Amino acid sequence: MAFTVKMAIAAMEKFNAVIEEKKEYLTDLDSAIGDADHGINMNRGMKRIMEKVRGKEYADFGGIFRDVAMTIMSVVGGSAGPLYGTFFMKFGQKLGTKSEASAGEMADALQEGLAGVMSLGKSAPGDKTMVDSLEPALRALKESADGDEAAAWNKAVAEAEKGVEATIPMLARRGRSSYLGERSIGHQDPGATSSLYLISCFRDAFLEG
Amino acid sequence: MIGIMVVSHSADAAKGIRDIAAGMSGAGDDVPIVGVGGNDTGGLGVSVGKIFDALSEILPKSDGVLIVPDLGSSILSSRTAVGLLPPEDAARVIISDAPILEGAMMAAVEASGGSDLAAVANSAKEARDLQKSDH
Repeated sequence: MAFTVKMAIAAMEKFNAVIEEKKEYLTDLDSAIGDADHGINMNRGMKRIMEKVRGKEYADFGGIFRDVAMTIMSVVGGSAGPLYGTFFMKFGQKLGTKSEASAGEMADALQEGLAGVMSLGKSAPGDKTMVDSLEPALRALKESADGDEAAAWNKAVAEAEKGVEATIPMLARRGRSSYLGERSIGHQDPGATSSLYLISCFRDAFLEG
Repeated sequence: MIGIMVVSHSADAAKGIRDIAAGMSGAGDDVPIVGVGGNDTGGLGVSVGKIFDALSEILPKSDGVLIVPDLGSSILSSRTAVGLLPPEDAARVIISDAPILEGAMMAAVEASGGSDLAAVANSAKEARDLQKSDH
């Protein structure tokens, strides 16, 4: 079974729903080390994305993720806007005119998206950012993409979960939380958390077919 | 002439800093200076779209543009907006590491003398060393 454009739209619907459900949780995480706007910002961004995407016909991944990227960039005022926007833009550009993708091709796109985020934010694994859940997910998806694709997606989510937990003892080196220095230690990173949700939504959309 | 773009989380701050830089530098109307700030609904935040639109407007009127951002997502959003420009336009934009007010001011002074983008960027960066007090 391949990942389809229809699944991509379903994944965005799911991401919108999860963000809505978890917006207060994300904001709580962000109020400990950031400016307490991550949940609200992502919620606003995803709602606007769905207004744009719902009911529209997309022939390929490039089209849908371009709409997603441009909307989140212009609506979300915090760093999440440009970071997620760049992620979706690079992700969609890599898949381009494809309308179906294997787990291996999805991993390649994820890698482009992650590279875009790291280059924009000048961040690396271990800096206590969204990279810390996306990077382990990518590694897992890549390693197991040639076998059972459902298992590969499950592995990606499991590794992203571990990645999120691993942000708790980390010292923040990027963004608003890095101004806190040592006081950022002991808190889970909100960006890594929302990125885990994104990976889970891709997985769920794939499993549901 | 090199243009200057002040990018802040606040539309009021962006406009105020723009006015100070334009007024106190003596650059007058010679140097295109714009202030961009606030999210898409006018609240605190930064919008990639607003920065992109402002760049698209100021670039045809200038030889290059120095962006002087405040912090955090102002920098990320500026980088993202520059990345959306055609490569030949993106090559004419520099994002400054200078403090926002002092940097915009020094850049305006340098730009009013007709300097190129590298010189304007350099002057803005030197604003870091302006001493205000011994503490």
